[in-house]
Amino acid sequence: MFEDVSIFLNELFLERLNYVIYVVLLLIGLHAMIAKNNFIKKLIGMSIFQTAIILFYVSIGVKEGATIPIYLPEHDPHGEQAYATGGPEALTVEQVTSYANPLPHVLMLTAIVVGVATLGLALALCQKIYQGYGTVEEDELMAKLEKEDASSRKPKTHPAGKSSSKPEVSSRARRSGTNSVGKTTAPQAKKSSGTRKTKAPVKKATRKSDQKKGDSK
Amino acid sequence: MMENSIAWILLFPLFGAVLSSLLGMANRKVCWPIGVLSALGAFVAGIMTLIRVIDSPDHMVVYLFGGWTLDSFPRGVGIEFRADLLAILITLIVLGVGLCVAIYSKLPVKEETPGKEHFFYPLFLLQITGLAGICLTGDAFNLYVLIEVAALTGYGLIAMGSKRAAAATFNYVILGTIGASLYLLGVGYLYIKTGTLNMVGINEFIGATEGLKESSTMQVAFVLICLGILIKMAFFPLHAWLPNAYCHAPTATSCLLAPLVTKVMIYVMIRMVLTVFGVDFSFESTLWSSVLPWLVVIAIVSAAVMALAQREIKRMLTYLIVAEVGYMVGGVWIYNYYGMVGSIFHIISDACMTLCLFLGAGLILRKCKTTRFDGLRGLFSKMPLTMTGFFVGGFSIIGLPPTCGFFSKWYLITGAMVAECWEYMVALLFSTMVMVVLFFRLIERIHLAVNESGENLGKGHGDLGLTKEQTRFSEGPLTMLVPLLSAAAVVLAIGIYNQEFVNLIEIFLDPFDLPGEPLIK
Amino acid sequence: MKNASLIPVVLVGFLLFYASIDFPEWGDPQSPASTADVSSHFIAKTGVDTEVPNMVTAVLADYRGFDTMLETVVVFIAGMAVLAILRNFSRKKPVKRGHEVSVEPDLIVTNTVRLVVPVIQIFSFYVLAHGHVSPGGGFQGGVLMGASFILIALSWDLERALTRFSINRCMVVAALGILLYAGIGVLSMALGGEFLDYAELEKVLPVSREMARYHAMLGVEIGVGFTVTAIMFALYANLSSRGRLEGGL
Repeated sequence: MFEDVSIFLNELFLERLNYVIYVVLLLIGLHAMIAKNNFIKKLIGMSIFQTAIILFYVSIGVKEGATIPIYLPEHDPHGEQAYATGGPEALTVEQVTSYANPLPHVLMLTAIVVGVATLGLALALCQKIYQGYGTVEEDELMAKLEKEDASSRKPKTHPAGKSSSKPEVSSRARRSGTNSVGKTTAPQAKKSSGTRKTKAPVKKATRKSDQKKGDSK
Repeated sequence: MMENSIAWILLFPLFGAVLSSLLGMANRKVCWPIGVLSALGAFVAGIMTLIRVIDSPDHMVVYLFGGWTLDSFPRGVGIEFRADLLAILITLIVLGVGLCVAIYSKLPVKEETPGKEHFFYPLFLLQITGLAGICLTGDAFNLYVLIEVAALTGYGLIAMGSKRAAAATFNYVILGTIGASLYLLGVGYLYIKTGTLNMVGINEFIGATEGLKESSTMQVAFVLICLGILIKMAFFPLHAWLPNAYCHAPTATSCLLAPLVTKVMIYVMIRMVLTVFGVDFSFESTLWSSVLPWLVVIAIVSAAVMALAQREIKRMLTYLIVAEVGYMVGGVWIYNYYGMVGSIFHIISDACMTLCLFLGAGLILRKCKTTRFDGLRGLFSKMPLTMTGFFVGGFSIIGLPPTCGFFSKWYLITGAMVAECWEYMVALLFSTMVMVVLFFRLIERIHLAVNESGENLGKGHGDLGLTKEQTRFSEGPLTMLVPLLSAAAVVLAIGIYNQEFVNLIEIFLDPFDLPGEPLIK
Repeated sequence: MKNASLIPVVLVGFLLFYASIDFPEWGDPQSPASTADVSSHFIAKTGVDTEVPNMVTAVLADYRGFDTMLETVVVFIAGMAVLAILRNFSRKKPVKRGHEVSVEPDLIVTNTVRLVVPVIQIFSFYVLAHGHVSPGGGFQGGVLMGASFILIALSWDLERALTRFSINRCMVVAALGILLYAGIGVLSMALGGEFLDYAELEKVLPVSREMARYHAMLGVEIGVGFTVTAIMFALYANLSSRGRLEGGL
């Protein structure tokens, strides 16, 4: 029984150590994405998650005793040997095993770039959420959105010119950074109580700005 | 030109996107014509490819990017695009919906996101490129890159709206990235065991190698790929991102994304199950075909019930999307010929009817400034054409003949009966009842004089309490009305000519042995 | 919430460990991935097909060139989307937040950067062009070039970097990069091959089929480099200044 367990542990940890490491990294990233409250921490978790997958792919391409996938001088298509034989030659099967597999590297170049693009976009979203709601914590954002939805669901008295729960106004007017209201004496760099923006008076949605001015954190 | 038509399907929107971003910086007005022309060009290229596929001997057109043809180079050296009947049908739906929404989007984009047309139209056209590419590709890693193209443009298109849309998009980004990365991980597991990324190459390797089907890596690869795709198609309970994201998106965005994105992901699942893993691996070597029908039942019932609880048109429609996804996943996993036919036909018809509904909802929103139920009184006299188009879509979702929804539900129920999967059939019928309630309640609400809080606004005898001014005929603009009416016409046409489509689907499903196949064809 | 989220994490972990049992050993030269036809073809025949010594660049830009074009499109999309989300056209002055300070550019930093930036840019050209022979290529060179502009923005201020490379010019350069890549592909289609079949370019260039692939790969990498440079800088400019393109980091 102990022999089986030791064989199992040997197989898992010693001969396939790289796979264990990448699984642990992946789980750390996944947990951060789901459980953390702050949006920036979620994005860091996303980055760790994608890096773990990249590590996995690159470790597929490893061959024991092989060199990097760039031709050595004796196989170089523009080298002396190729010049002597009048053109580059295809490699034999034994020579092939002395080079590492280039395909996972190529795939991961693509995956890294895609990951960077997603991260850039997600950071832009964080910026816009912070400009609009003044917080990047998930629970505070949820509370503010609930308040906004509840206020827009109240029975409407006037038929025209009111806002629905789906704001269709241009967001430019909302994001204009005019003088803030509710700025206390010591402006902290903290998440929510830092800046409060007044909504520039727009044709619709005056009720929401009243509510925003009303509650202070 | 004809032999490169598959490349032109992707290149027209790509060039259109780049041109409209370049020229749109100088003059915003030039973006819409470029958008419509590129979508039209892609649609024409799609029709040409369909004709080529139907005329070719084994109903398949293969295109190798980079010229690495299969006679001189091993399979998988280049990137292969395989257009068989299923792929080209779904691609045509994507391109058709794209063309429709491109025409429709002229006014909503100008009103909701002014000054940003030279960002909207490139993202719009690149979304069409991504979705069309997903349907045509034959390489598993290329599929990941195209999924990310479609996803990133989707995030951009949704978040371009208000700040509320940005808050909803963040959740979508997190969940969408988890889904796509799980898919990528699954492809990695396939690669480590088979050594190739080409879909047909993987299938050949699985068939040729002994013992690969029982390998734990392959089983987990299947689980990861399916899990990733289920997150991206908003299968309950992984659907949390969909209602908020599609509800708060700008009008033209939700008209493009809602009919297409989830359906294309169901196509990916069908492709993985049939082409990559093969019928005997997917259905017999894994536990999924016994577990999934029950999950599907929970999904359909919960989505239908949640749709019933909504008081706003767009949110109700998003929950209907989740229910329809449940139908299609169930159709695949009951492991039956008719179920698969029904599922594929439902992809086609559901795209068209969801398009109808969302186009109509956009017009209603623009006219009434709200989509809440009590803001819609008197719409039948005010906008009769819009309401006709909207309710053609609605009746198709319920499943009334001669709309296409009736025929797709017919095939799904037939599949459930032949496979003796009674729970799925009961869920289908229950949700159909719920949808009947939903749409007829909407009709009643529009005709009724009593508003949500119970006060009676009319003076009896059918009077709705509205002035003559409020019920005067004032329809939406032509660029928005023509796409809606043509979408409604397509819904009816697909229903009336459904036998043509089903014949094509049956030709596609011929080489796969699914149980329940009819003995006489 | 934190404890409830551990359940899916543990389930996924168990699933992945269960899969690892059947993996080939790390570094096994007989694993399916290493002995497959595809990889062997890449290693054995890259010199014969394309005469490029770096196999990774050859696979990236030639064998799987369509993937790379889509990757460039993804970078372009990220730039477009960030501009669409954040770009603020209003002329009102932004409010100074409490934690922001304005600093004068430092003498040592600015003079060091003045000396270093040209070297960085020449190095980025080298990395791009030498990607055929050593590790490098379009993405790497493009990021270096973009980083040089970000360095200028960090040491002085954003406006000075924007006078060198304005946002409109960024978008034009990014679009030109994709046009270059897709244009080479369409040229190959017009000359009779498939999309991105560079060998057909031997009909317009006075070289053999293999060398036509070699040179077209360089053209394609230049296109990629354009797009990546422009979008890297555009992303930085928008994210650091909240879309206003004044002030910021």
